Amino acid sequence: MTAGLVTLGSLKVASREDLSQSITGPEATGCKATACGSSGGPADMDPATWARVKDHPCYSEEAHHYFARMHVAVAPACNIQCNYCNRKYDCSNESRPGVVSERLTPEQAARKVIAVANEIPQLSVLGIAGPGDAAYDWRKTKETFRLVSAQIPDIKLCLSSNGLALPDHIDDLVAMNIDHVTLTINMLDPEIGAKIYPWIFHDHQRLTGIEASRVLHERQMLSLDLLVARGILVKVNSVLIPGINDAHLLEVNREVKRRGAFLHNIMPLISDPDHGTHFGLTGQRGPTAAELKAVQDACEGGAKLMRHCRQCRADAVGLLGQDRGQEFTMDLVPEQVAYDPAARAAWRDWVAHEREDRRAAVAEAEAATRAEVAPQEQPLLVAVCTQGGGRINQHFGHASEFRIYEVDARGVRFVTHRRADNYCTGGAGDENRLAQVIRTLEGVPVILCARIGDCPRDDLAAAGIEAIDTHAHDYIEPAVAAVYRARKAAPAATRTA
Amino acid sequence: MALKIIKSQCTACGACEFECPNAAVKFKGESYIIDAALCTECVGHFPKPQCAAVCPVPGTCVPV
Ligand code: SF4
Ligand code: SF4
Repeated sequence: MTAGLVTLGSLKVASREDLSQSITGPEATGCKATACGSSGGPADMDPATWARVKDHPCYSEEAHHYFARMHVAVAPACNIQCNYCNRKYDCSNESRPGVVSERLTPEQAARKVIAVANEIPQLSVLGIAGPGDAAYDWRKTKETFRLVSAQIPDIKLCLSSNGLALPDHIDDLVAMNIDHVTLTINMLDPEIGAKIYPWIFHDHQRLTGIEASRVLHERQMLSLDLLVARGILVKVNSVLIPGINDAHLLEVNREVKRRGAFLHNIMPLISDPDHGTHFGLTGQRGPTAAELKAVQDACEGGAKLMRHCRQCRADAVGLLGQDRGQEFTMDLVPEQVAYDPAARAAWRDWVAHEREDRRAAVAEAEAATRAEVAPQEQPLLVAVCTQGGGRINQHFGHASEFRIYEVDARGVRFVTHRRADNYCTGGAGDENRLAQVIRTLEGVPVILCARIGDCPRDDLAAAGIEAIDTHAHDYIEPAVAAVYRARKAAPAATRTA
Repeated sequence: MALKIIKSQCTACGACEFECPNAAVKFKGESYIIDAALCTECVGHFPKPQCAAVCPVPGTCVPV
């Protein structure tokens, strides 16, 4: 069992200290138990929205350290064709292309969710995304939500849709208390849409060409407006397709923000001939990391972007980059499962204290940094190995992705995560792992981890990257701030000395 | 007068079952099949066979 996840077994005997121990690791020292009034969210989100998303691991970077979400694939039918999709695999909307999820009936899915909730108390969100469109295949989506929320009333329900059929079910969505919907919107201009969507099926007809994208666009805007008007939070996903909608996404960004989307997430097209998609077969490439960042940066002043989105596979289960989905395939889920709310209640109680403690530690560290480092000092990028809990608690050798923070005298900010497996970097499969990590960490001079061997430490140093494990099991932001102070505060210290 | 599903191409998405006005489409084994006795090619309901119009795989819902 990994330190980031606490099983039911440990929760049964757990005091808060046991829980602290199991998430922070054996070497952890006691927390500075200072309570703090700072319960606010990110500066760029209004408090009412933050209150609704703060426990949502897909929407709140901070929550992703404490809460898990799971998707179930119960709605495989779709009403549009996207050029980046091959129906043999999952939808690119909220999941990794080229991956096949276990398809479940609503009854099987409900059993699986309850089995997971009993085993992984961090579970807070159930999502229905691809393959298929959750709003088009609505009867199956609705039945799944009904069965689950009958047993776990406090679980948050969310779904992803292309928006074409969603307006037909808006009353149902409100009645079922669904408060998060992800709409995938790749265009406003039907001429651009025609290059992305060969056809749609709407009102009993297959429409093609510009006509198809015109109807799709109108229905997407109607969906967005209806959801916002009815108080359902809307995140918009856009797939960045170089040469087709890259510049256009800035207009999409402005429009979805104007209409009330609370987050806009730009995801890269992932294109590979092996996936058998139209784009894959015609050689349409995905964006480079720099192209993706350029569009994300240009959009930032508009809708708030979701930098931590990792395009989890649709049936992933767990915190951060972990996937325990394989432990819960249908053949491993018992025929009869009864929901036991105790574990989730204990977890929430512990997390509430832990988050306050972390916030207090962050505020303290940021105050110290402001006091010691001149405001005009250059910011520093720092990579972190973590398995969740907001702490540096992963061995360098076990990390396949790194969370990148930027720190300056104003504070510590999560920037993005970078993966060091072949998925996002496009590296060759047999590439030396360390070389790949070094390439992944380009422009990041410091990495914090729980432990690291001497050899990789030396190799990283040779590449100009300092690996630090003396902050093992500390909270991330205070450690990052301490590293920054150590590097930048020296002249000031000399002055005052 | 009926359509059939080319089993080897069917992704089992179920969209055809969802759209069929005659409940002629059923899931059997690994894929969906059309009950020829119930299929009317959508005549009287819609201008075009719905299963063929919604199916994501070209040439999968075809006349018998
Ligand atoms: S042609 Fe129409 S009636 Fe026949 S199976 Fe397809 S949808 Fe049903
Ligand atoms: S719509 Fe096509 S792919 Fe989907 S189940 Fe029917 S025949 Fe199979």
